[in-house]
Amino acid sequence: MLLEVDRLCKSFGGLQAVSDASVRLPEGGIVALIGPNGAGKTTLFASIAGFIAPDSGTVRFAGTDITGWKPHRICMAGMVRTFQITQPFSRLSVHENIMVGAYARTANAREAADRAEAVARQVGMHHLLQTESINLTVAARKRLELARALATQPRVLLLDEVMAGLNPTEIQEIVDVVKAIRTAGVSILLIEHVMQAVMSLAEKIYVLSQGAIIAEGLPQEVTSNTAVIEAYFGKKKVAA
Amino acid sequence: MNTEVTPARRGILVLALIAAVMGYPFVFTSNYAIELGMLVLLGAFLGQAWNVAGGFAGQFSFGHAAFFGTGAYCSAILVSTYGVNPWLAFALAAVSGAVVGGIVGALSFRFGLRGSYFALITLAFAEILRVLADSVPITRGGLGILISADPGWKNLQFESSTGVYYFAAVLCAISLLIAYWLKTSRFGARLAAIRENEAAASALGVNVFWQKVHCLVLSGAMSAVGGAFYVQKYLFIDPYLAYNINRSVEMLLISMIGGAGTIFGPFVGALAIGLIGEGTRALSTAPGLSLVVYGLILILIIGFLPQGLIGLTSKLRRKGASNAS
Repeated sequence: MLLEVDRLCKSFGGLQAVSDASVRLPEGGIVALIGPNGAGKTTLFASIAGFIAPDSGTVRFAGTDITGWKPHRICMAGMVRTFQITQPFSRLSVHENIMVGAYARTANAREAADRAEAVARQVGMHHLLQTESINLTVAARKRLELARALATQPRVLLLDEVMAGLNPTEIQEIVDVVKAIRTAGVSILLIEHVMQAVMSLAEKIYVLSQGAIIAEGLPQEVTSNTAVIEAYFGKKKVAA
Repeated sequence: MNTEVTPARRGILVLALIAAVMGYPFVFTSNYAIELGMLVLLGAFLGQAWNVAGGFAGQFSFGHAAFFGTGAYCSAILVSTYGVNPWLAFALAAVSGAVVGGIVGALSFRFGLRGSYFALITLAFAEILRVLADSVPITRGGLGILISADPGWKNLQFESSTGVYYFAAVLCAISLLIAYWLKTSRFGARLAAIRENEAAASALGVNVFWQKVHCLVLSGAMSAVGGAFYVQKYLFIDPYLAYNINRSVEMLLISMIGGAGTIFGPFVGALAIGLIGEGTRALSTAPGLSLVVYGLILILIIGFLPQGLIGLTSKLRRKGASNAS
């Protein structure tokens, strides 16, 4: 396993945001984490990527225990996240934004610039290179998140709702980009609400509800699972 | 009209700037004018020192006098009390500023101080150092330290005001090169990323804490060099001159009026402040009038020109471009 999250717990005050969550991502795999709003998906992600220190449980990446590591160190080790609420470096151009990611692997400005350009091409935003990122559309900002993360040359990419707020055409474009990234050898763990994307991308799905993993398995299995349906739509009324 | 900034045009501008700075003492030959020019260059240098932290990295300090004063005292004490060669003392002053910058940075950033909290803590550091300098024997307290005048290259003292002027010009040129490096290097790119969004920067592998400490080390060293220069020019330092809050304010004013986070912002800002100072002095002898004008200008700049006077040029250029198309 490239990424192993074992019995991770995190609470905020009295709220148990994540409880005993275990997630596995094999080398070269593409795994989705779904669940209703407020299920704790983003908290779990933040704990994996080092933005939140978990209360208990371990995160192992490529055989190393990285629990409690700082985000920059985890990134340098080869695992990088994107943000659900996009966090562009607003007053920097798209090119400069992506270069910050590229600088994780090289100190040379020329190399970083070339690498950033190549990544921009890969995610289909090379025509926007000189645009100040504050002027980007939502769809382009999502792509920028992806591009910056990709520029750090990760082994694992943690994608937090990169398709939320996009129209079907844009979603299909991003799905193709993500597929290509995976083909290039990057393992992907993604949080997603857009089922169209989840079904066409994920090999395995984990369902998180109220902080706990309530189901895991192949996409078809999970979507027909009673517990999952109840988590999303509530319990069926039993006729008296 | 095509007003795009091409490398060639930029090159011509830089050459013109060098020629103007070099030629100034030949055109304005009075001691007063040369001294004024020297003060503008020193202001540009100190403004750039502030700009490294406040502009490029967005770490808004209100207490850069802490570094300036430490550099001034370090070189004054070494030269007058221990008889150290002034050139060596000058270099050690830079080291002292780097050390104080590192300590202030490490302490503030370790505890996550940002924005106005960081500004306040730097102000507090400068005040602490002023009180210390006023009371410990090594600085001779409020008496201050005098350096005996012995003009000559060996002693880093200049007989003519032109010599000091050119020395300030060299410092200013070095600070511009440092700013250029920040605009084009990984370190600078990371500082800009930190300024814009710390969380995103750390997600992309930037060690935010260390980069910010490094940035204050550099900024502190530069400010301290300014302090050492001041001592070599005026041959006297006391706690008030060294750790004056006006010094901190002037450094950030110069940078912000000119354009924080830009290469030439501090230079433009120093020039503007110099001209405003002279202008108000010519208009009225009321003390403090220039400060009122600075304050007004700062409010206008923050309200309408967050990129400073440098931003004004690109704004006009954009306007010109959209009118032309």
